[in-house]
Amino acid sequence: MSDNNYEVIIIGGGPAGYSAGIYATRAMLKTLLIESCTVLSQLMLTDLIENYPGFPGNIKGYELIENLKKQARYFGLEIKEGFVEYIECINATDRKWRVVTQNKASYTAYSIIAASGAKAKMLGVKGEKELRGKGVSYCAVCDGAFFRNKTVAVVGGGDTSIQEALFLTRYASKVNVVHRRNRLRAEQFLQEQAFKNDKIEFIWDSIVQEIEGTDTVENIKLKNLKKDSVTDFNCDGVFIFVGFTPNTEYVRRIVKTDDTGWIITDGKMNTNVSGIFAAGDLRSNTYRQIATAVGDGVTAALSCEKYISRMRGNEYV
Amino acid sequence: MLLTKLLHLETNEETENSLKENENAVICCGRMGPMCIPVYQILETLESDYSHVAFFDMDFDIEAAWAIRDLPVCATFMGLPFTVNYKHGKVVAAITSIQNKKQITEILANKFSQKESNR
Repeated sequence: MSDNNYEVIIIGGGPAGYSAGIYATRAMLKTLLIESCTVLSQLMLTDLIENYPGFPGNIKGYELIENLKKQARYFGLEIKEGFVEYIECINATDRKWRVVTQNKASYTAYSIIAASGAKAKMLGVKGEKELRGKGVSYCAVCDGAFFRNKTVAVVGGGDTSIQEALFLTRYASKVNVVHRRNRLRAEQFLQEQAFKNDKIEFIWDSIVQEIEGTDTVENIKLKNLKKDSVTDFNCDGVFIFVGFTPNTEYVRRIVKTDDTGWIITDGKMNTNVSGIFAAGDLRSNTYRQIATAVGDGVTAALSCEKYISRMRGNEYV
Repeated sequence: MLLTKLLHLETNEETENSLKENENAVICCGRMGPMCIPVYQILETLESDYSHVAFFDMDFDIEAAWAIRDLPVCATFMGLPFTVNYKHGKVVAAITSIQNKKQITEILANKFSQKESNR
């Protein structure tokens, strides 16, 4: 088997990818994991993780990723940096796939595990891009200290949004959570913490239409969806946590996805195409948690091992 | 101390000498946080392709970091990391908050000419 030929290629360097890597290499499959520094795991972008079982207290996102990587390397996982541009079937008889990266590196394998996760959505409103780092932020832990005694808006009603709003109360004088609905989606524990915090206020049924400011953020235009009215809201910062979009562009023309690009799998992480598996946050209809991503990665690797054994006629039955 | 493979600048003297000794230099000033780590990683991957540029990082919370934090060009910055590009010791570009590889390489191409490998 030449240098660029593998039995399994895993795309994505998050908890799903590395968990799949640990299991695939322990199954003695020659495995390559391709990770991209432009498509970073959500885990890498998470400061403290408090709900990953087995870590009482907490663990930092990048520490957990480093641990996963170290463990996978120990078992022989090869890791390369690259942004996967596309995959293609190169030999239907032998069922072989080619993975091509943006810098034109090419690798082949009998099986692919897509584990490239999802990236945070931007609001896509006027002023957001122009004022990024000048009041517009996607990380309270990173930038919160710049907003000491200032008024900020946090956009979104999920777990991340409320976690970050709570963190911002350490610095900001007022934290206003802007949510398009009239109730939060965040877990109950976080909701309770937020509702009892005097610094946090809620602006319900509203969306941000525009972010305004000359050098830094000064104002946001809020649209109330129920009243269909637009009002100005003066603030010094806007923290945006409005969900995710899947990193599946390279595989969308091959496997079945839902309307918004999330990959459809069965419970064993099989996609509709034999030999291609999907694991973690990029799956349709899944809970997007580190623990579920790890489970997905393990399941995908086990299914992949079974698939390759079956292909070779030596499946253990 | 930042846990990166970049050269660390920890004192004013180191910063001054590095800017004197390198015609083209990039200093990424941040913490080990989720917005900064991706930028350090991108810079690490660029080191081999841009041998005519010296890449450094600097802890945002050390005394020497005021050399970056106090730059007029950074006055409105409210997002980590602060990434500053220098030519002959003079600031030629500065960006704030997380950046992707394309954005960073565009600045390198514009301010420090083409990649070595493309010359």
